[in-house]
Amino acid sequence: MTSKYIPADRLTAWLDELAASNRVLVPVRDNAAVAFQPYTGGDQELVLDTQATTPPKGSVFPASEPLMTFEYRKDEENPGKVDVAVQPTMEAAPTVVFGCRPCDARGFTIFDRVYNTDGMRDHYYAARRKNTSFVSLVCKETASSCFCHWVGEGPADTRGSDVLATPVGQGYVLEPITEQGKALVESKTLDNATQEQLDATAQVKQDARDSLGDAVDVSEAQEALLRLFDDMEFWQDVSAKCISCGACTYLCPTCYCFNITDESCGNQGFRIRSWDNCMSYLFTLEGSGHNPRPTKAHRLKNRVGHKFSYYPGLHEGLIACCGCGRCIKSCPVSVDIREIVLRAMETATAETKAS
Amino acid sequence: MTNMPQKNLYLPEIATVREVIQETPNIKTFRVVLDNEDAMNAFTFEPGQVGQLSVFGVGESTFVINSPPTRMDYLQFSVMRVGELTTKLHQLSAGDKVGVRAPLGNWFPYESMKGKNIVFIGGGIGMAPLRTLLLFMLDNRADYGDISLLYGARSPQDMAFQYELPEWLEREDLNTVLTIDNPCEGWEHTVGLIPNVLLEMEPGAKDTVAVTCGPPIMIKFTLQALKKLGFEDSQIVTTLEKRMKCGVGICGRCNIGTKYVCVDGPVFTAAELGDLPNEL
Repeated sequence: MTSKYIPADRLTAWLDELAASNRVLVPVRDNAAVAFQPYTGGDQELVLDTQATTPPKGSVFPASEPLMTFEYRKDEENPGKVDVAVQPTMEAAPTVVFGCRPCDARGFTIFDRVYNTDGMRDHYYAARRKNTSFVSLVCKETASSCFCHWVGEGPADTRGSDVLATPVGQGYVLEPITEQGKALVESKTLDNATQEQLDATAQVKQDARDSLGDAVDVSEAQEALLRLFDDMEFWQDVSAKCISCGACTYLCPTCYCFNITDESCGNQGFRIRSWDNCMSYLFTLEGSGHNPRPTKAHRLKNRVGHKFSYYPGLHEGLIACCGCGRCIKSCPVSVDIREIVLRAMETATAETKAS
Repeated sequence: MTNMPQKNLYLPEIATVREVIQETPNIKTFRVVLDNEDAMNAFTFEPGQVGQLSVFGVGESTFVINSPPTRMDYLQFSVMRVGELTTKLHQLSAGDKVGVRAPLGNWFPYESMKGKNIVFIGGGIGMAPLRTLLLFMLDNRADYGDISLLYGARSPQDMAFQYELPEWLEREDLNTVLTIDNPCEGWEHTVGLIPNVLLEMEPGAKDTVAVTCGPPIMIKFTLQALKKLGFEDSQIVTTLEKRMKCGVGICGRCNIGTKYVCVDGPVFTAAELGDLPNEL
């Protein structure tokens, strides 16, 4: 597929074009954070030189969404009899997410194996996933919290992205990855990329990858975490700082747990799905009062275990983490998932040698 | 708005409560029928499968379908009052509407139990899932060997399904033992904790499967008693309770390592439990 080029000063013309038939989400400043919000036109200042504080997770998996409405209706002829009518609801407008990072888009490929398979299809997710395209921006610079190379290909990973945009000169080379992406770059606003621009693209990708340094092999983590399952001393130690705030889960492009609750007003209301947080005590509290994960050590064990052991155990070794580093960058007490995984592998190896 | 293709995982069938039975001071049984006649006629499930029962405006929660698939006049759920939803359920009466998402989860391995002797050991509300399989086996009686039931509760008034206990006691093809924790005036049956009574009953382990369900502490000591009696882990079947929301292995709440109780369970053999990480 032919790569295109757009000078930065023509970007809004292309976004205007996309916005004519799509909801377009772009990273903009939101107080102290950078978040994805609807594109409103050229006056908006896009923040493209840094990773957004929050991933575009809500574009496909909203923080809160109605699954259905319900309404209790009295039978006019028999007022004692009350029926209930339920109506599914779904919003799945065609959407383009512009300016996320390749790790952000890749997060949805982790979701796909759970939410959108031939055996199990979450229609709300599947409809939005189908209708959402990602134009991901290759990282020109990486952060110390980035570790996409530990868990995937690196800062130019194409998985999950429809178009890969690489900053080159005073603009961007747009490389369509999927058919959806090809359709997005079929625009008169865009020029075909020159060989020189393509060469520069390859160099930017290589430089970004090099800046991350050597990758750490975390393939042993799957077994190590299971081996340490009962070692609560280990888990208490690595979770000592954690304050169970849950920021790591809400900011994670691959965290997909949810809750379902009802909200009503008078005779009608909504059944709502909302993001949930496995670091919360209430997450697994049973009606009987029993809680299989009673301490933050148990809960952090499940969070790290799910990403680096249980999910890979079910999905051909694929790690349920895209290495975006937001959980590290935004943790108020500097819990670092990389340190936990490394320590788990070291501890399990040391225990094996000792035995 | 988009039209939704195929089956929506989260959309419950509307059902009407046909009958409410006060089982014990804090357990009620609800017999419900799906309003859509075709859906009710087409509804199939296996003994041990669960469903999400909902009161619109309050929420939904998981309960075993404790009527057997051999008796499809209604779907029966027994509910202990412990929180907001169960309290709301307890306020319902015949004619009220609920939501049902079912069947969910796996089921008792009744096929591999054919030809074997069966020992049911139920404690308190833990009798609910056992009732499904017990009635299913009684309705297919020739497929199974000797069937015994040990059902215990704290006191006579905590014993559910009292309306069918006389029949169970009278049946010649069912050996029923009822027990309560402490002596009580008027109680004509056994007194003693379930694991102790089980040891006194001394069921043979050969060609036998034990099916047990009840509070965690009862299960713990029952497993010890069964092992004393010579039962291997592969001969012991139980069900796990976990907090669930989606019921279809997506929401990430009920996992134990790589297993999701809502799809890989709730039925497990003791051997399977032994292979799971220790997070019960």
